[in-house]
Amino acid sequence: MLYREAGQFKTSYTADMAIFPIRQDRIALILLLLFAFVGIPLLAHFQLWPLGSDYMLRAILIPFLILSLAAIGVNILVGYCGQISLGSGAFMAIGAYSAYKFGTGVHIPLEFLGTEIRIAPLPVLPSILLGGLMSAIVGILFGIPSLRIKGLYLAVATLAAQFFFDWVFLRVKWFTNYAPSGSIAAPDLHFFGYFVHSPIERYLLCLVFVTVFALIAKNLVRGNIGRQWMAIRDMDIAAELMGIRPLYAKLTAFAVSSFIVGVAGALWAFIYLGAWEPLAFSIDRSLQLLFMVIIGGLGSILGSFLGAAFILILPILLDQVPHAFGVPVSVETVSHLVFIVTGALICYLLIVEPHGFARLWSIAKEKLRLWPFPY
Amino acid sequence: MVVLGQFIEVLIGGLLAGVLYSLVALGFVLIFKASGVFNFAQGAMVLLAGLALVRSLDFLAARGVPMWAAIVLGLLFAAVVMAITAALIQKLVLGPLVNQSDLSLFMATIGITFVLEGAGQMIFGSDVYPLSLFPTDAWFVLDGLFEGGLLVNKLDVWGGLIAGALVAGLAIFFQRTKTGRALRAVADDHAAAESVGIPITWIWFVVWLVAGLVALVAATVWGTKLGVQFSIVFLALKALPVLIIGGFTSVPGAIVGGLIVGAGEKIAEVYLGQQIGGGIEYWFAYVLALAVLLVRPQGLFGERIIERI
Repeated sequence: MLYREAGQFKTSYTADMAIFPIRQDRIALILLLLFAFVGIPLLAHFQLWPLGSDYMLRAILIPFLILSLAAIGVNILVGYCGQISLGSGAFMAIGAYSAYKFGTGVHIPLEFLGTEIRIAPLPVLPSILLGGLMSAIVGILFGIPSLRIKGLYLAVATLAAQFFFDWVFLRVKWFTNYAPSGSIAAPDLHFFGYFVHSPIERYLLCLVFVTVFALIAKNLVRGNIGRQWMAIRDMDIAAELMGIRPLYAKLTAFAVSSFIVGVAGALWAFIYLGAWEPLAFSIDRSLQLLFMVIIGGLGSILGSFLGAAFILILPILLDQVPHAFGVPVSVETVSHLVFIVTGALICYLLIVEPHGFARLWSIAKEKLRLWPFPY
Repeated sequence: MVVLGQFIEVLIGGLLAGVLYSLVALGFVLIFKASGVFNFAQGAMVLLAGLALVRSLDFLAARGVPMWAAIVLGLLFAAVVMAITAALIQKLVLGPLVNQSDLSLFMATIGITFVLEGAGQMIFGSDVYPLSLFPTDAWFVLDGLFEGGLLVNKLDVWGGLIAGALVAGLAIFFQRTKTGRALRAVADDHAAAESVGIPITWIWFVVWLVAGLVALVAATVWGTKLGVQFSIVFLALKALPVLIIGGFTSVPGAIVGGLIVGAGEKIAEVYLGQQIGGGIEYWFAYVLALAVLLVRPQGLFGERIIERI
């Protein structure tokens, strides 16, 4: 009863094309954003449950937001355009290292030309966005094979990106500014003269990024380009016959996806990790992102958030549950249990709900239309 | 002559190391041909088989069972473990997922990978376990022709012999036995095979079982070379570029692809690696596969991919 659009008449094309056509959705979204932007900082300020300590912000909310952003990026490529990628971790790394290089100043000696390229250290915001841009450029390069190959062949091609960039950032010292250990620290986070330092400020910063990019992504996928991506996903040959250019559609998907993933990588390094080494962006990260997208729901922005929350919270829960029952379990067993439960859940979800949590949510919405009456 | 000698040495070492990749790639090809499933879990199966083998060997050896009996019992035990794994995978995961898209099945095998890795290490332990089924010292051959002779690792030769025997055995199994013929029929067309009375679930179980046994064979060689440990899973990922190069549907392709990758990456490491920082073995195979994909998407021996609307 509560969730019914009856009586909401659309009197203009603008209203008909609105991003959230149902009033209840708009109200729910505004409430959610209010809670995220105002409620959580207030809770944290007065140290109320569950934000009594920094743990919730540092270990759960900030990584959740950043990984959701990355999952949105992966979802655009895998869920909307149907190009499987096992190299998302590499694109996060490219975003992170490019942002680091732009943030600390780029210096390319070109001795054989008798000149050099020198860029002064940029502020943090342009560095992060440029990091995304570099990631997008590399994404286009590694997307070119997708014009000839598809499906699982493409997955292996993206693995090439993953392993190649793992190696590059480990071995090419230029990227780490010749740090002896290969581990590097992010520059201080100054935004428009404001020094972002405390966990709550970092959280709000991530939230702004995620909100903006989620809105952009949501609008992209329901517009012209998003429909091209979906046509390519559903059947590329038929889409081509209908006049959709595969070159343009696929490469834009790679570019947009890599850009968002790259920005997420830069945020992950700058805001969440602070100091990091190449292993932070290994193939495990790529698989993790892929799982988020599958479990959350392929082809759904909401699903990216649900999947990220699930994959992030599962290990924490598995760690807590035995303690709550007073069963002593070693750290090693817990990590193995996480593997088993994650794997089993993936298989289970693929069997019972191949469309992920997002599909469960839309089923719930259907039920809510009638609730509390059976029909 | 020294330069040539060194080159041949690197080449032989690379070729024989490539055989190891071929062993893993074989398991992929078998499953892909018969069920169209791209089995990401092959590496995890190698790990599981290796762990089952080495732990049962340790267990038996500690109880004073003679070596040959321990090896036979250990291999049997590992084979049984792989059979149970195959049955469970078929029953619990792939059975319910019949008729789903290739992508779903591929994701499911990633899920299986995680379960196998976690369960294998939880049951059998997660340390590095040395396995010594084959000799690991080296021969020096062709002393007269090259100064100091050529260094050839005995284990690599064993690996080559085993891979050869395995391929011969599989060829006989596929060509000469009733089950093998049924397997080829299923690979050709699921629906048609089922309509002439081939029990398709049984066939898929057999395929996973055979892939599990191939994984066991791979585990004996890999385990002797590196010790049975978690990183085998990542090395086994190299079987993917091998498949791309050789073609997903071809058993000879898996072998040739493995040899190309093995030799290519060793040669690249020795002659190119020093100039650009070393450690390029890590990604060379993948970039080689990428290059092959651009020129010949179906691989060297794969069937041409024809698409219809």
